[in-house]
Amino acid sequence: MNGKTFESSMRSRYFKQRLFFGAVRLSALVITLALLGILAYILDNGFRAVTWEFITQPPTDSMTKGGIMPAIVGTLYLTVGAILVALPLGVVSAIFLTEYAKQGALTRIIRIGVNCLAGVPSVVFGLFGLGFFVVFLKFGSSILAGALTLGILILPTIIGAAEEALKAVPQTFREASLALGVSKWNTIFRIVLPSALPGILTGAILGVGRAAGETAPIMFTAAAFFTAVLPKSIFDEVMALPYHIYVLATAGTHIEETRPLQYGTVLVLIALVLGIDLIAIIMRSMFRRNKRW
Amino acid sequence: MVTVEKDFIIRTKNVDFFYGAFRALSGITMNFEKNKVTALIGPSGCGKSTLLRLLNRMNDLIDGTRVEGEILFEGRNIYAPEVDPVEIRQRIGMVFQKPNPFPKSIFNNMTYAPKLAGIRDSGEINALVEESLKQAVLWDEVKDILAKSAMTLSGGQQQRLCIARALAMKPDVILMDEPTSALDPISTAKIEELIDTLKKHYTIIIVTHNMQQAARISEYTGFFYLGKVIEFNGTEKIFTNPDMKQTEDYITGRFG
Amino acid sequence: MKTRKNILTKRTEEIAIRNLFGFFAFLSVLLLGLILVFLFREGLPLFKQISVADFLFGTAWYPTYDPPEYGIWPLIVGSLVVTFFACLIAVPLGFLSAVYIAEIAPAGIKEILKSVIELLAGLPSVVLGFFGMVIVGPWLQETFDLPTGLNIANAAVMLAIMAIPTISSLSEDALYAVPREFKEASYALGATRYETIIRVVVPAALSGISTAVILGMARAIGETMVVLMVAGGAAAVPGGIFDAVRPMTASIAAEMGEAPFRSGHYHALFATGIVLFVITLAFNLIADTISNRFRETGSGTL
Repeated sequence: MNGKTFESSMRSRYFKQRLFFGAVRLSALVITLALLGILAYILDNGFRAVTWEFITQPPTDSMTKGGIMPAIVGTLYLTVGAILVALPLGVVSAIFLTEYAKQGALTRIIRIGVNCLAGVPSVVFGLFGLGFFVVFLKFGSSILAGALTLGILILPTIIGAAEEALKAVPQTFREASLALGVSKWNTIFRIVLPSALPGILTGAILGVGRAAGETAPIMFTAAAFFTAVLPKSIFDEVMALPYHIYVLATAGTHIEETRPLQYGTVLVLIALVLGIDLIAIIMRSMFRRNKRW
Repeated sequence: MVTVEKDFIIRTKNVDFFYGAFRALSGITMNFEKNKVTALIGPSGCGKSTLLRLLNRMNDLIDGTRVEGEILFEGRNIYAPEVDPVEIRQRIGMVFQKPNPFPKSIFNNMTYAPKLAGIRDSGEINALVEESLKQAVLWDEVKDILAKSAMTLSGGQQQRLCIARALAMKPDVILMDEPTSALDPISTAKIEELIDTLKKHYTIIIVTHNMQQAARISEYTGFFYLGKVIEFNGTEKIFTNPDMKQTEDYITGRFG
Repeated sequence: MKTRKNILTKRTEEIAIRNLFGFFAFLSVLLLGLILVFLFREGLPLFKQISVADFLFGTAWYPTYDPPEYGIWPLIVGSLVVTFFACLIAVPLGFLSAVYIAEIAPAGIKEILKSVIELLAGLPSVVLGFFGMVIVGPWLQETFDLPTGLNIANAAVMLAIMAIPTISSLSEDALYAVPREFKEASYALGATRYETIIRVVVPAALSGISTAVILGMARAIGETMVVLMVAGGAAAVPGGIFDAVRPMTASIAAEMGEAPFRSGHYHALFATGIVLFVITLAFNLIADTISNRFRETGSGTL
């Protein structure tokens, strides 16, 4: 190969590289701008609607005025309920998968089950919640039914996060404890679990964020169009932020009139969900930095 | 009790060990004398650490392994179905290659296992901590910082803490898996000194890469090669006049 | 030495704990079965009224007419069409951004971009649906002079935003898992970074990337709120990308509230749920098989 053809071939090779890198950078830019665009637009429009009254008052004038306090409270109930269901179940499952299970058919089936559960569409969870909790177990449309449905929805997330956290605990910790004649259960409970706790909590928080933003699973299991009073028991229906947005934006005759309320509600929901995610992300990087092993 | 002139605390009889289909140890028969130091030497992958981890059933933790033959601890087969590995590990302690303190305070590292074994009285616990740390010649260095994290100690101190932690369980045997290979020469010397004092009360079985170390600290030495015991003899004999040609080749540095 | 009885109870305790944990771990599988059972329980009665073939391939979805018609073919087509166009956008963007994060971006930007992707994944679907309604819809309507901006194109864009994080983060994991030695070998032979990425890294990560794409598609096809709010809601087989459609998920979510309890309509919506469940289950099993086969054989296909 003489110098000239080598040079021109290099030029065309680098040209391809520049083209490709350009496309790659552009895609990253597009994604970033999409996120920023959405956030900026919602922030800009929702900012004026969100006042102290908006957050602390119930809706008035057939939901064309007033605030969204019952929806905030309802979302909190549903979310807390979901995590109460999913966290213990998820952690126990993860402990079994990482600490007890041997490679084999059972583990394989459980893993496939968890993966498939993660892939079930949220509206199908809604149908299941309706068929099982609302109808079959006669919970009715209620906080209980909604929280259980959401809990199952986020279960795979929690299992995944907990498994990852448990796997990150050095094997030497387990060996050190077992070699001292400590039982397997005590080793898990007193050494492995505490070491994995930050990671598990981070996963739980991400699960909370996910649960707080879901609409379809609670549409038929828990969410009410409008409630004048706050729920008194777990068998009451509740308003919820995501469902409230959907209702205001699509139903009724005041869609244009209630735009400010819609923007405000969207902003509150985003602040809640992304705020929760951000806490988890920050927590995680903090724990990574302070890792003691 | 069998009448033998020596008191053997652990005896292995024709032990084979498999990782899946791979035979890691074959036909291991060894007697470990009480209150003596026995060193296991040999090139990497020869099975010496594997044998060590069989003696307190640590290999139970690895999936797909299988043990054949008998390992008798005080005359009882530790692999018999009714034996609880947890009890075996309480009586046969272990120190690992890399110091592995828990990310807890020094004090809690010491009390972790004794508390779980049922010692509740705080006076008794405190006495045990002090006694064990003194035995491990660490007391003077840490007595004022017991509440500090064990992770703040130096590598050599961490390893002595791990030894002290094992001593607090009052084991009969201490297994050491290359305990100084991650340490500097000064810390190594301290640990070797420590081993020398500990053998009055404990049986010590130590795996080491370092032949000088084996020669310095042990009464007996077993030479492993390719999953077999080539020669098991008094340390002095092994290093001055071994029975086997392979042993001589190894200790004179001709291979390994 | 402790009494034998004490030791025995301790060991039974350990075994009991293990089995209890195993049971709870198995609960995920049980739940999956339970979901199927209850979908069938509420969905199967429909097939006393119409045949499975009429249900799946019937082109008329008039569940509230008298007599009602329960053909979900337009809904299935609606789901597939929006998913297809969403993937047309999300696969290149997700894949390329993963390449950027895994191979090209400097450390600082990489961290930021990973957070961006994570936050994007965290955006509630109802928020994206809302955004599609109030911004993308009117813009499409004006720009292309359409009767409505709520259509396939709108749904595809918003769905793509939902699928990008899945595709991007899973592809990135796959790219990361490619051993450094491969890249070094390629560089040492005089390949450029581009050539190394395209001919060595991406092929080695291909099964992971395929898994990512399949799971992204599953995410898009199962997504509800976005298509409910921006796909336009017409239960007809579309003729172009500016036509409105009514994907299966949207139909279930929109109509379940009005369907009388255990009416034909109610059963038909559950039966639609079965179809949806089976499709996404198939996607997930395929993804699982691909990633599992990869784990066993390594990157022998390179």
